[in-house]
Amino acid sequence: MSEKRVVDARGSFCPGPLMELIGWMKMAQVGDELELLSTDKGSVSDVPEWVKKVGHEFLGAREESGVWHLTVKKAK
Amino acid sequence: MKILIIGGGMGGTILANNLARRLSTELKSGKAKITMLTASEKHMYQPGLLYLAFGRVTPDELYKDQATLLEPGVTLVVDPAEEFLLDQNRVKTKGGKTFDYDVLAIATGSRPVPELIPGLAENSETFYTEETAVKMFRALHAFQGGRVVIAVGVPHKCPMAPLEITFMLHDYFKDRGILDKVQLHYTYPIGRVHSLENVAKWAAPEFERQGITYETLFNVKEIDGKAKVVKSEEGTETPYDMLISIPAHRGMEVIEKNKLGAGGWIPTNRSKLNMEGRNNVFVLGDTTNIPISKAGSTAHFEAEALGENIAAMVKIGSPVREYDGKVFCFIEAGKDRATYAMFDYLNPPDPKPPTKAVHWFKMAYNKLYWSSARGLL
Repeated sequence: MSEKRVVDARGSFCPGPLMELIGWMKMAQVGDELELLSTDKGSVSDVPEWVKKVGHEFLGAREESGVWHLTVKKAK
Repeated sequence: MKILIIGGGMGGTILANNLARRLSTELKSGKAKITMLTASEKHMYQPGLLYLAFGRVTPDELYKDQATLLEPGVTLVVDPAEEFLLDQNRVKTKGGKTFDYDVLAIATGSRPVPELIPGLAENSETFYTEETAVKMFRALHAFQGGRVVIAVGVPHKCPMAPLEITFMLHDYFKDRGILDKVQLHYTYPIGRVHSLENVAKWAAPEFERQGITYETLFNVKEIDGKAKVVKSEEGTETPYDMLISIPAHRGMEVIEKNKLGAGGWIPTNRSKLNMEGRNNVFVLGDTTNIPISKAGSTAHFEAEALGENIAAMVKIGSPVREYDGKVFCFIEAGKDRATYAMFDYLNPPDPKPPTKAVHWFKMAYNKLYWSSARGLL
């Protein structure tokens, strides 16, 4: 059964939001959704870029009070 | 108040000593008691493994007896925790002992897991344990030239290690007079050469100046040891003659077995450092799921904040400060130059050009570490 996990990477300079997401994606099962919280605006471009390159599914991004919520589905 | 610390690494040791000093009166009167459970009677200076891989230190220089590092008020028990009964404020050990607590601090650390990537353990060199660092030294010593690839797993302990090992390899081969026969190729999981943007802006031109090639958005998927090729999740591949691995890490198995956190990482409040949902259980060092560097300095600064807070809980009934995410990392930029990165939750680092002075400070810190662990520095 697929799960949804929030990866809170607000204020993370190192390892940073994308590295945090990659680490948790490796532990996730196919079909799981991960919602990444990031205060780095760069995540809006670098997360979809990586997701597309690897072949996972990018479900969308929204911004709330300076925090970006980026949702990704593990596809393989 | 019974304070139980699980783990005798840097975080647990600094916390124990910090508390013993702050609570010396309470320890004498019996109002407080500090007990540490650890898996080994030896304490390793883990950053020294990087130098062991180059033959610049020997294994015996990395260890001291844990008992000699602790303040007299700390009771040391060499018997690792096996069962966490958090609802009963109780921990059971592998040896069958039971310890009750009022406050629990978990600092069990992390471990490399190269076995999660097919072919990685048997086809790469690494330096995250004494055994593998010595093996890597022998392989480097015998190496006469070819393509050396650095492959990086996520997450990993010491975020500066990928850069440091690459720059140190460059100078090692240069000193041996075979640099013209070696092609160093660095790979990294995200779209720049380091997670810290300012560090990446410094390191990429350094690579180019030194003739080190690099490839980003490269997450290791598997190693074909027969063809000597590293394959990435992104669908690319790169050949190697020698593969140097920064393996992915996980938290300790005992954390996963007790269902305290997926991957062995315990959900932890980033400011208060308490385990989510528990007011008397604290977590520090690599064991947390906080999105900051898994590094000794992180454990050090967290231990100082926790020492102040737990001592205050004994004295006035509540914690007094928050952890601000402070991290300080040296960055070796070769055999004799270094810089550093210091940052917290709000302020990014601004690394300066490497100098010999910072390198020699790092060399001094390799010895001063023992004072740091004792809580004197």
